[in-house]
This record gives sequence, C-alpha cells and structure tokens, in this order.
Amino acid sequence: MKLDFDHIPAGHCENGVISSLLKYHGLNLSEAMIFGIGSGYFFAYMPFVKVNGIPLASFRPVPGMIFTKAAKRLGIKMKKQTFRKQPKRAMDELDKVLEKKLPVGIQSGVYHLSYFPPAYRFHFNAHNLTVYGKEDNSYFISDPVMEYATTLTYEELKKARFAKGPLSPNGKMYYPISIPEEIDLKPAIIKGIKQTADWMLTIPVPLFGVKGIRYLSKRVRKWPEKLGPKRAASYLAQLVRMLEEIGTGGAGFRFIYAAFLQEVAEVMQDDRYNELSKEMTKIGDKWRTFSSLSAKTCKGRSSDPDGYNTIANLMLEIADDEENFFIKLKKLIK
Amino acid sequence: MEKDKVPQDEGITEGISREVQYAVDKDGKYIKVLSKGWEPKNIVNELAWEDIQESVDLADEKIKSGKASPVMHFMAKNQMNATLLADYIELPKWKVKRHLKPKGFKKLNQNQLENYAKVFSISIDELLNFKPE
Repeated sequence: MKLDFDHIPAGHCENGVISSLLKYHGLNLSEAMIFGIGSGYFFAYMPFVKVNGIPLASFRPVPGMIFTKAAKRLGIKMKKQTFRKQPKRAMDELDKVLEKKLPVGIQSGVYHLSYFPPAYRFHFNAHNLTVYGKEDNSYFISDPVMEYATTLTYEELKKARFAKGPLSPNGKMYYPISIPEEIDLKPAIIKGIKQTADWMLTIPVPLFGVKGIRYLSKRVRKWPEKLGPKRAASYLAQLVRMLEEIGTGGAGFRFIYAAFLQEVAEVMQDDRYNELSKEMTKIGDKWRTFSSLSAKTCKGRSSDPDGYNTIANLMLEIADDEENFFIKLKKLIK
Repeated sequence: MEKDKVPQDEGITEGISREVQYAVDKDGKYIKVLSKGWEPKNIVNELAWEDIQESVDLADEKIKSGKASPVMHFMAKNQMNATLLADYIELPKWKVKRHLKPKGFKKLNQNQLENYAKVFSISIDELLNFKPE
C-alpha cells in the first residue's frame, strides 16, 4: 500500500515533514512559514552537550520544538507517541496508522539510514522523515533532505527509530489528527516572530541568542592556543557542519527565515517585512562568508591564529547585525 | 544569496542526491534551488572523517600491542565511544570497558558476542578474527 503523497525536498527535515504532512491533508503552508511560526531561528552554544566530543553550537532550538509550537499556533492537533524500549509495538502502531491511510512523521537517527551516503551518516538522532506506505518488508520513505523519495526495510527503519545516544528518538511518531477549516496566519506569525526576537535578544544566559554568538566568538579566538591546531580545526569544522550540513537551507537557517519574511510581507500586506528579508539575506551571506573563511582556516589544520581572529571578529559583526535586525523586527509586530 | 551563486561543487552526495538551498531569483524572490554541494563543506567533512580514521588507527595500534580487543576497532569505526556503545549493547559502561580489553573480550559468551556483532553489523567470525593491518 502506497499513499498518494508528494515528496517535497526541503531545506530542513522537521519543517519539511510537517509541511508535507499538512499538504497531504489539504493545507498548503511552506516550509519557511512553518519554520517562522514555529520560531525555528535560534542560536545556542552548549559546551555541556558534546557531539563527537566537541561542544555543540546550534542554529535552531531543541528538536521537536519548532513542530510543537507551529502546530499549537495554527490550532492543529497532532497525535504524538513514543515507545520506550518497545520497538515491536512502535512498528505495529506505525503499520496501523498507515492502514488508516495516514502518512506518519518519524523521528530517526541518521546513522542507520542506508540511503544516505556513508559520509553523511553520523550519530545524530534528531532527524525527521515521513513514512507513507508499506509493501511486503519495505517502507516508502519521504526524507525531506533527499532529492527523491526512497525506501527502508523493516529492520532498517526499526534501527533508525531506536537509535541510541543523545536525543534518542525512542520510536517517536506523529501525525495530524485535526486541522481547522480556516486558519488566520497573522496571530500565529506574530507569536512566532515575537518569541524568536525574545530568544535572540533577552535570554539572561550568555550562551543563547546574540549573546551566545559573542560568547562563542571569544572561545573561537582562544581555540588554537587552548586546544592546539589539530583539535581547534576539528572544533571549527564541526561548527561549519552545524551551519551548512544536513538541512539548514544554507547559512544555519538564516536564508529560510528571509524566505519566511517575504511570505509575511504578503500576508500582512506590509512591505517593511520585505526590507527586513533583504537584511536577513545579508546576514545569511555573512554566515556563508564565515563558513568559507572557517573552512580555509581549518584546511591543513594550520595553527595561524590570524585565521581564528578574523572569523571571531566576523562573528561579532554578525551578532551586532542580528541584534539590530531583531530590534527592528520586534518593533514591526507591536 | 542569489540563485546563480548557489554553489554546485560535487560533494558527498554525488550521484545520490542534491540538497535544497534557499536563494533569491532575479526579482529578489526566494526560491528553493537544488545544489550539488559546496567546497567549504567538503573541506570540513573531510576533516571530520580524518578524526574518525585517526581514532580507528589509534585503536588498531592498541590492539597490535595487546592493549585492546577487536571491539575497540569496531567501536571507533562506528563512530562510537564507550558510553554510546554501552547504550546499544544495553550493558553498563564499566562492563563494556572490560570488553575493550583482550582479557575481558576472551570471557565473552556466545550471546554477548552476537550482540556486539549485531550492533556493528558484522558476523561473529569477523569480530573474533579481526586483525589490524
């Protein structure tokens, strides 16, 4: 059985899955719109969370949050289930829902997804994909970060749903059960923007928002001296991967947010959002420059502190830009 | 970023997939553009793989000098540390750490060997007979 489900490649997995699940049920909202309403834009530096032994910098809030917030703000009811240590039940339940002709969103680990190239596969558990059918032993999979729809065997899917380690999915699955007939986007957009602006500007912990970018800038400057050239390069490489790799739409989601603002300009009939979209594009371009310079700096693992200083300076500049941007954006929604 | 500036450098998804990149078209409107990849990403991915390879090499050296068991090789190859491996094997970490040593490895029963082999997606023979190059 294979549902009539459109595979739509997206910049980011979580928004991509929700956007295409809603589309299946007749609600057309872009990935960017879901991302903006769900307050997907963020910055966090979390030295206490380590990925591959390296402190985590994230350009988005914790997995699942964008989706929960977007659904709530749009009045959409989702059914969410997890199955701690019950892989068989998790697979049975998935089959049951598929039989009701409902595509299902799944949280999965990346390491076990056989359709990814080996170099993509590392232990990251906050990935999302849609299952939209089953035939014999194999499941039809729409993974938004893949260009084409694909399949997984029962065993592969089970493994991916029960990947271990930080943020383990525990078989999490979700699907919409009620969607309002009419949706007023404006209040949802305003809530989404307000929260992002607050997060970026006012969290009183120096690790989050623009303060977090400044904090990390300070650390980056010290990396070559503190860690040695080899380890410093590994740290910097991971930062660039968080910005550009596996579904950010480029520049750590900054371009998706700029796309969101263009849609907002249309909904609100207010051209000022278009102006801010242009500003966000410039911020995204600066992050791209950051990635490019960082890659040059870590290539060959040179110990040249100038490279690190240059990118640390650029981070400070970006932090200022993002601060000014959200101050302006916040004024618009008042 | 403008549409025609979206990089198309072949990368790790070559021949398998292209990724969505958000960019503006000539009217300044955002669209999704498929990109083959970007050179800076190739550089940082390569670095990440160097790190993995290095931990495999380190494990192999330890195995050669009799300080570690084959489990350490496959743990490194699967990008795991003892904590993550213990999670997969569903044993306390201190036990897994014992199995990383030749002495503890020899004491593994058939069932435990099978568990390790399964997690590493290899056969028991491959695990038992592993020799570093």
